Amino acid sequence: MIDFGYGLTPSSTLKIENVANPAFEELRQREPDVAKCIACGSCTASCSAGVFTEMSLRRVILSLQRGREKETLPMLQHCMLCGKCLLVCPRGINTRHLILSIGKVYKMEEDR
Amino acid sequence: MSQNVVVIGGGPAGIEASRRLRDLGYTPILIEKTPVLGGHLARWDRLFPEGIEARTVLDPMVADLDGIKYFTETEVSSINRLKDTWVVKLSNGLSAQVRAILLTTGFDLFKAEKKEEYGYGIYERVITNADLEDWFKSGAAPQFDAVNVIGFVHCVGSRDEKAGNRQCSKVCCVTAVKQACEIKEKFPDATVYCFYMDLRMFGRKYEDLYLKAQKDYGIRFVRGRVSEVSEDNDGHLFVKAEDTLFGKPLKIKMDLLVLMAGMAPAADNHQLARMVNIQTGEDGFYLPQSIIGSPCTSSREGIFFAGAATGPKTLPETLSEAASAALAIDRYLKTPQKK
Repeated sequence: MIDFGYGLTPSSTLKIENVANPAFEELRQREPDVAKCIACGSCTASCSAGVFTEMSLRRVILSLQRGREKETLPMLQHCMLCGKCLLVCPRGINTRHLILSIGKVYKMEEDR
Repeated sequence: MSQNVVVIGGGPAGIEASRRLRDLGYTPILIEKTPVLGGHLARWDRLFPEGIEARTVLDPMVADLDGIKYFTETEVSSINRLKDTWVVKLSNGLSAQVRAILLTTGFDLFKAEKKEEYGYGIYERVITNADLEDWFKSGAAPQFDAVNVIGFVHCVGSRDEKAGNRQCSKVCCVTAVKQACEIKEKFPDATVYCFYMDLRMFGRKYEDLYLKAQKDYGIRFVRGRVSEVSEDNDGHLFVKAEDTLFGKPLKIKMDLLVLMAGMAPAADNHQLARMVNIQTGEDGFYLPQSIIGSPCTSSREGIFFAGAATGPKTLPETLSEAASAALAIDRYLKTPQKK
């Protein structure tokens, strides 16, 4: 087949029509405070790893809420669990513990 | 005989100001164009932030009108200046000569059908915040088969220059969060979304309500303004917005969409303003002498304001402004008349 240089581009639209998100619900059971995130970005701003990598806890939480957990692993693997985000979170979320729980719920340990 | 004061508009501001004026020894003449007193409050079910019933606020007020002459289904036909008094003629044939007039004309709910892209009045499953309150108040079950995904659209006709309403209506954010929690109670298995631009939780206990909505009710907040709504063959809705925190467009199928219609200036503001020769701002609300220092006083002698006639206000703000308007009128009437 001749390659004309054209192709179909997959839609980038977020489809959250199938709204059930059991993995996030499980995370919410384990870490109820994850629902308290107001996406202020303090965690990302203070993140030691985020300065050099794509790590952003705000973005991780949002991706999980939207059922896009695959996008979170490349971010989370840079986390050094320093806990600076925990100090700045205005909603008092135990972010360090949350990251560990995400690893457990989404079975990420073996990948780390 | 005690002195009369004309109060135009029988919502919470007008009723409260009339009661205060009566307590100060005046005889208020309260004029309401609709058949019932209470304004928008009369059709509201519950109030933010604590969810108390609106009638527990309104009923005691309406039950305490001794010493107040009030006329429903009555409008102002004309107002004329005569020396240092105002002569107010009413549509029921009566007239009053007073030194002070209080304008408590409130606001109009923004007509959601103006935002045609949201389909209010076109799609059955698109309703407004006021429709939802009617539903909560009457207890009438919804006509729709399954209500599994529900959305709330903030800022409908607020912060919208093109819709002719540049201002923030102030109360819709917290009303949306209140209603989202209430509807979650009615449909515990439903997924409830709030589409917001900013969440303005400015008042005491409002932030707590937001926190409760997130944590206890699991309301999902999406930062982004809904751009358009369409309908499929079964009458279900497709809602498009950008998830601006994610940076991607988003499309959700929904069973019910609630539009948070904001506060627009009352349609008859211009007419009344012309009658007494005062100004409205370019936003259509009356202009007080100073928004900060003298919010109840107009540029004309003997004309006063209270409540949402001078811009969007919460109910407690309206009630306390009604009290200060009564005091401002009292001070004005006690000032010796210029000869």
